[in-house]
Amino acid sequence: MLGCRAASCPGDRPRQPEELMARADSGSGPWPPEGRLGSWTQMSHTKPYIRKKAVLIMYKVFLKYPESLRPAFPRLKEKLEDPDPGVQSAAVNVICELARRNPKNYLSLAPLFFKLMTSSTNNWVLIKIIKLFGALTPLEPRLGKKLIEPLTNLIHSTSAMSLLYECVNTVIAVLISLSSGMPNHSASIQLCVQKLRILIEDSDQNLKYLGLLAMSKILRTHPKSVQAHKDLVLQCLDDKDESIRLRALDLLYGMVSKKNLMEIVKKLMTHVDKAEGTTYRDELLTKIIDICSQSNYQHITNFEWYISILVELTRLEGTRHGHLIAAQMLDVAIRVKAIRRFAVAQMSALLDSAHLVASSPQRSGICEVLYAAAWICGEFSEHLQEPQQTLEAMLRPKVTTLPGHIQAVYVQNVVKLYAAILQQKEQAADTSAAQEVTQLLVERLPQFVQSADLEVQERASCILQLVKHVQKLQAKDVPVAEEVSALFAGELNPVAPKAQKKVPVPEGLDLDAWINEPLSDSESEDEKPKAMFQDEEQRHTKPRAPEADEQELARRREARRQEQANNPFYIKSSPSPQKRYQDAPGVEHIPVVQIDLSVPLKVPGMPLSDQYVKLEEERRHRQRLEKDKRKKKKRERERRGTRRHSSLHTESDEDIAPAQRVDIVTEEMPENALPSDEDDKDPNDPYRALDIDLDKPLADSEKLPVQKHRNAETSKSPEKEDVPLVEKKSKKPKKKEKKHKEKEREKKKKEVEKGEDLDFWLSTTPPAATPALEELEVNTTVTVLKEGQEEPRGEEQDAEEDREQDLEKKPSKHKKKKHKKDKEERPKDKRKSKKKVPPADEEAAEPVENGTLEEEPLPPMSSYILLAENSYIKMTYDVQGSLQKDSQVTVSVVLENQSDSFLKSMELNVLDSLNARLARPEGSSVHDGVPVPFQLPPGISNEAQFVFTIQSIVMAQKLKGTLSFIAKNDEGSTHEKLDFKLHFTCTSYLVTTPCYSDAFAKLLESGDLSMSSIKVDGISMSFHNLLAKICFHHRFSVVERVDSCASMYSRSIQGHHVCLLVKKGEKSVSVDGKCSDPTLLSNLLEEMKETLATC
Amino acid sequence: AWRAKKIQAILVFNNHGKPRLVRFYQRFPEEIQQQIVRETFHLVLKRDDNICNFLEGGSLIGGSDYKLIYRHYATLYFVFCVDSSESELGILDLIQVFVETLDKCFENVCELDLIFHMDKVHYILQEVVMGGMVLETNMNEIVAQIEAQNRLEKSEGGLSAAPARAVSAVKNINLPEMPRNINIGDLNIKVPNLSQFV
Repeated sequence: MLGCRAASCPGDRPRQPEELMARADSGSGPWPPEGRLGSWTQMSHTKPYIRKKAVLIMYKVFLKYPESLRPAFPRLKEKLEDPDPGVQSAAVNVICELARRNPKNYLSLAPLFFKLMTSSTNNWVLIKIIKLFGALTPLEPRLGKKLIEPLTNLIHSTSAMSLLYECVNTVIAVLISLSSGMPNHSASIQLCVQKLRILIEDSDQNLKYLGLLAMSKILRTHPKSVQAHKDLVLQCLDDKDESIRLRALDLLYGMVSKKNLMEIVKKLMTHVDKAEGTTYRDELLTKIIDICSQSNYQHITNFEWYISILVELTRLEGTRHGHLIAAQMLDVAIRVKAIRRFAVAQMSALLDSAHLVASSPQRSGICEVLYAAAWICGEFSEHLQEPQQTLEAMLRPKVTTLPGHIQAVYVQNVVKLYAAILQQKEQAADTSAAQEVTQLLVERLPQFVQSADLEVQERASCILQLVKHVQKLQAKDVPVAEEVSALFAGELNPVAPKAQKKVPVPEGLDLDAWINEPLSDSESEDEKPKAMFQDEEQRHTKPRAPEADEQELARRREARRQEQANNPFYIKSSPSPQKRYQDAPGVEHIPVVQIDLSVPLKVPGMPLSDQYVKLEEERRHRQRLEKDKRKKKKRERERRGTRRHSSLHTESDEDIAPAQRVDIVTEEMPENALPSDEDDKDPNDPYRALDIDLDKPLADSEKLPVQKHRNAETSKSPEKEDVPLVEKKSKKPKKKEKKHKEKEREKKKKEVEKGEDLDFWLSTTPPAATPALEELEVNTTVTVLKEGQEEPRGEEQDAEEDREQDLEKKPSKHKKKKHKKDKEERPKDKRKSKKKVPPADEEAAEPVENGTLEEEPLPPMSSYILLAENSYIKMTYDVQGSLQKDSQVTVSVVLENQSDSFLKSMELNVLDSLNARLARPEGSSVHDGVPVPFQLPPGISNEAQFVFTIQSIVMAQKLKGTLSFIAKNDEGSTHEKLDFKLHFTCTSYLVTTPCYSDAFAKLLESGDLSMSSIKVDGISMSFHNLLAKICFHHRFSVVERVDSCASMYSRSIQGHHVCLLVKKGEKSVSVDGKCSDPTLLSNLLEEMKETLATC
Repeated sequence: AWRAKKIQAILVFNNHGKPRLVRFYQRFPEEIQQQIVRETFHLVLKRDDNICNFLEGGSLIGGSDYKLIYRHYATLYFVFCVDSSESELGILDLIQVFVETLDKCFENVCELDLIFHMDKVHYILQEVVMGGMVLETNMNEIVAQIEAQNRLEKSEGGLSAAPARAVSAVKNINLPEMPRNINIGDLNIKVPNLSQFV
């Protein structure tokens, strides 16, 4: 496109920047010096238009060639103060974009931008600069302080919402950067929040959206000032606009506290029920989880409530976030030890009702939760109330319909459960029960052994063997529970996802060094196995490392424990008194909790989270009362001790004690983990390369040669004098190259032209459309010709043989009548048959419904026009071409006998021109005429067809001709002749060809067509009729129509594409045409103008 | 992949989702482009006229930093996909400027103009947005530039085309053989690669 654009814009001036861009884009080789020089010099072109484009292009140049940034930057900086606002704007644009990615390098420009900000009136420039300041302030808080005042002024003064909004945004950025340094900017925050509230309350949804967006930025640092507008945010959750609801959701994230979490989540849950689209519902789901799990479940005071929320979420139809819920369940169950008993109860209920969760295939996303449920029930099976029941639930045949990875977890955890049950039964000395459980497993496990999933199959068959072995032992009354449980002894701890990455490489370990010397390349392939075998043998003979004895192991363990204890990141091993207690074996322990007895550990059935909300309220209320009591006591004590506190009853977040003393286990980190968090930089970021110090003075090697005026005073240093030479040198090849390139391009273009033309044709001609049309034409002629012949068949069947004679000599009265009638009807007939053709084409050509023409009666139309007329005969004619014959047209001449004479021996002849010739029978000379193959009784008309060969069709032409005939009546016969002028209009070379709009668009996209237009005033005809007229008389078809605008297409017999855009104004019609031949187009349009003038 | 463009794409399609102007400033394979247009259309179509004109494109193009900012005129949707460095309200204004410019350049602009005058439309767009960056926001500037371009084209077209026309007319009459388009039935339809616009 660039190339083609450059070619299509003839002014060489505007072309240059684009060429530069093309070069910058295509540069795979070394940096073309002339390109750099080009944009360099264009930046100071006299025309602001060129400067503007050159400046903008520099951005791309920088991206592609970062090394050019430093040398070019001073010039770019100059452009910030260009007298032309457009250039200035472009420079601001480029620098802002550069600075956005690497702001620190542009701090030194701050004063300049500050000046611009206070002086410029162009809102676009202002917005850009203000946005840039937003990026700069975090790096330089002092800048922020300076900005606050002018920005607040702008906020107060501007009427442009876009500017106001960006000002608020930047003030927010400033405040964020200042929040650490200067705490007292509450006035500005207040102003911002106030303005944003106005935006959010505005009826304009766009402002509402942006207001919420900005609000979320404030939220991060000044949550308190935003939380005051919670009402507004919750209100936006009910907005009909999804974008706004999503923004409001984002805000909610920061608005929750211990106090309102339950309330907010409750509100979200009702939204989940109401939500229509799955996307929004999924978004809600993830938001609920985000909100609850944020900063290590900071705001959750009651995990039972959270678990029940998660369980409720599993009832969502068709969510894709089952895995998210599962992850949360696992996370909570593992890390909040106090909740395990409750979680296990819930999960076993979930497993029990697994058929509900996994019943319909569209809920497949949600069955992920079964993964979590199975694991939790297995891992923490000691908390199970009815382990046997859960075990049976997990072994149901239905389970085999679950996805493989879930079945695998089922199988594994079935054994854990089994182990727990065995233990339980053996302790109770209930051997028969223990054997029953084993039997159950032996019976049910085979269904998993048959699984198509390898993992399931493998696990199941392993376990089946194990259980069979256990069965044997049980039969011998050997206690096995201890050993089976040993399979799952020990606790699984959560490991932080980044843990592995953070393990420092121990000193002296070189991971790149060879462990063994690499095998020499000379070694041939077939020797290798041998070598390996030898190696193996050697290994066997190698003395094995002495096994560490028990003492040594104990010593090492102790050392590691010490190390871990000293490591702040190894939280798990720093033994809190509570943990030590937990770690004591065999003790089922719930931490030092004061479990509130009002919170039942097991709510019958699926607990509704709402119940918890209520319970929680009650609990808090009681807590508050207690606290108040305590306070009162304290106060009383204090009162006695003279000092007095005014204690307003405000419940702050911190006052709410969690229901359970939850022990949130932090994820484990490896020993010696590095506390760095900077590991997420993408090395592919192109802006990294542009992270260049721009303030450092240019080294000589970096300086760009500068083109100077010949008489400029700066030709002092010899170094600079050399420079223009260099440039001349580099400029010459550029021109050559350009020419060469253009030639190439032209060549290519030509090639493409041919190719595309073909392609276009292929894509346009729906099969058989044209032949069908032709057939129709033929049919009309045939009926005219044969009507006279076919009619009698019905009445006098035996007259067939005499028919010709009949026709010739003694036409019956009846027939005469018939013919007369026929004559009267003929135009109508024609009209009917002809008329039907174009609309049919229109339909075919219109894949888009919006263009269909409404049914409206069309005026009668005939394409036959008068050729010549005298007292004997009247000739009307029509010219038709076909796409199959690119240099032929068929002229259909209707000859109508207007006299009482019998007309015979008719012969038509024309004076051939160089361009158009009448096709004559073989062997006849140019002067011979072509005989008309019929005779005409009085009052009869018939049609004869003559073929002409045409060379060029781009211009209309006329051929002189004569029809000679013998008129015979009662008085005798006379030789007569009639001269005529056969007019081949350009239109007559067109063939109605339907075209689909896609192909039409592609054709126009190619850009190879020349354009021309006409406009005709004073048109009163309806657009519909107008189009029909153009379709009929000019052989176009409608490609698409939109209101009073239509695109049309036709094709010449020689393959010229003709495209039209017809637009109707008040009283005028404009026709824009595009065609592969300009002459043909202008002639066609002229002809069309004549037609339209009569409308 | 890193996106270097502030404006990632400009899509114009009608109420039926038929693309009228598609301009990507980032290279995408043809199928992806079509998919993006299709999905964008479905996103935008769902939205009433009286709700906000911003849409988080999300996975569509560019990722979370990108937004779809659109306007709906009678039969056409104008959708800009921009990153966060652009002012949302500014882009809305820019769309208006673009549409008004089109209306000025094509009397009584209609969606079919975008197809018929595709070259000109791209030229106008090029004056507004260049390489994914906003070049000019002042409509008068843009129109002036387009008019200058038209004048230039006319003068060149008038000078160069007139003799060419005469020559071709004469040649066509005398030449016995004219180069003709031959229709070959089994060539694949070549889809012009839109990425050449980038």
